[in-house]
Amino acid sequence: MNALLEAQSVGHSYAGGQLGCEDVSFRLYPGEVLGVVGESGSGKSTLLGCLSGMIEPSQGSVRFDAGGQGLRDVFSLSEPERRLLMRTDWGIVRQNPRDGLRMNVSAGGNVGERLMAVGARNYTEIRGEALDWLTRVEIPSGRIDDLPRTFSGGMQQRVQIARILVSKPRLVFMDEPTGGLDVSVQARLLDLLRGLVRDLGVAAVVVTHDLAVVRLLSDRLMVMRQGRVVESGLTDQVLDDPQHPYSQLLVSSVLQA
Amino acid sequence: MNSRAFHSVDGTYNFAYLDEQTKRMIRRTLLKAIAVPGYQVPFGGREMPMAYGWGTGGIQITASIIGRDDTLKVIDQGADDTTNAVSIRRFFRRVAGVQTTEETSKATLIQTRHRIPEKQLTEKQILVYQVPQPEPLWKLEPREVETRKLHAYSEYGLMHVKLYEDISRHGEIITTYDYPVEVNARHIMSPSPIPKFDNPKMAMMPALQLFGAGREKRIYAIPPYTRVRSLDFDDHPFKPQRFDKPCALCGAEEVFLDEVILDDKGDHMFVCSDSDHCRERRAAGHTGSRASDAADMGFVPTEGLN
Repeated sequence: MNALLEAQSVGHSYAGGQLGCEDVSFRLYPGEVLGVVGESGSGKSTLLGCLSGMIEPSQGSVRFDAGGQGLRDVFSLSEPERRLLMRTDWGIVRQNPRDGLRMNVSAGGNVGERLMAVGARNYTEIRGEALDWLTRVEIPSGRIDDLPRTFSGGMQQRVQIARILVSKPRLVFMDEPTGGLDVSVQARLLDLLRGLVRDLGVAAVVVTHDLAVVRLLSDRLMVMRQGRVVESGLTDQVLDDPQHPYSQLLVSSVLQA
Repeated sequence: MNSRAFHSVDGTYNFAYLDEQTKRMIRRTLLKAIAVPGYQVPFGGREMPMAYGWGTGGIQITASIIGRDDTLKVIDQGADDTTNAVSIRRFFRRVAGVQTTEETSKATLIQTRHRIPEKQLTEKQILVYQVPQPEPLWKLEPREVETRKLHAYSEYGLMHVKLYEDISRHGEIITTYDYPVEVNARHIMSPSPIPKFDNPKMAMMPALQLFGAGREKRIYAIPPYTRVRSLDFDDHPFKPQRFDKPCALCGAEEVFLDEVILDDKGDHMFVCSDSDHCRERRAAGHTGSRASDAADMGFVPTEGLN
């Protein structure tokens, strides 16, 4: 099978020499979920930015297979090509749904936006599709015309997920998808995400500091510290038998309920 | 448009108020705007002797293209006798000494706010619009860097999100003025706050259409005979306003009507918004249901008023 996304020695330093991440390499295959864990400041978000085309890495390359054309360097694409990629093949689930949603547009409009962005011009079909996706993320159909601001945090996060999945992306980036939600809502959201990711066969890169999230969602895991990957492997393997001292610390610092 | 020395009526200003260098700058902007229909071209907007919002963009265009032989008509909300129209007309009579008219057919240059005349314009005429907000996407995307990219890459899905919101809340597209259009199958453009009733007139218009936004310092244009399409959905097609009654003064149908309140007891009537069109029809003997009251109510020819 061909890789969907390939990172080769990706590194990024911010202006002033501040290190974001360094020498990160991996391959992601279609339908696979990769978890990235680490403490605050370990370079997770910088890495995600580099992978998702938001930050141009200062070293290395990020290549993506857009529609069976073989792996192409994301940053050698022209800007309109990259933007098209971002609203069709890719999706980014942000930690704060306010960053990922249009707060002054109804839930239905939010979900329909990507369809309209690629040329859907039939109102009934757009609305039907939006309704279908809102139902799949367990938003009551009667709330399709409500503004996101009237929704709870968990619902906003689910609307954001529907808004991205509606375009049937092949790769979704998630930045702390459950951050800021209470534990019971987190559990339901994770359950939902796991179901959707499996059903649709989308590949995902999930960045989080929450080991429970990666335990549930991801197939493979990378542990980051001070901008570098210190350990990687199958999720269960890394979590149950951590080799690197930092991974051991990370795993042991989780309270066992 | 000539370089002969000119002194305005009171000998104080250059011909048409603006200095020649400024006019050249604006004319260059206009050429670019005409070359890329619907594209907003930034220009070095000048301070004009009136407040933003009173047509400073339109006036700068008019001042840059007006010539000694031009006949100017100014429309404010369809009428020739409202404040904005009267003062701009007087301004150009004073600083350019040009002929002015209220008759659409006699004008070579028409500056307008909020309406397109009912009478079909010709190739020999230029229509200048005053534009308060040139960016059709501004309510949806506040970042100008981003809206420029959206235009550059034709990423116009957002515009339909607005129409979607209209239908989902009200069952139909309730945007009635400043209804977004697609020009020359490429750029999405704000038609300025004209009623959507006037949108179809922009398409394939023989006259050149120029748009000036003074505060935002943008100029854009629709060359003659250009495709202009009002945005819509396949199953919710664009529908201009319709009126069920004709004009109460001249009996005209298929024109845009204004409601006029007649007293404080609820009496009102609908009359042509285009005052010249209404006057011309009345002069030709057309009458509406309340035509006999027209003189009493002050709907008399305004020649000589300004």
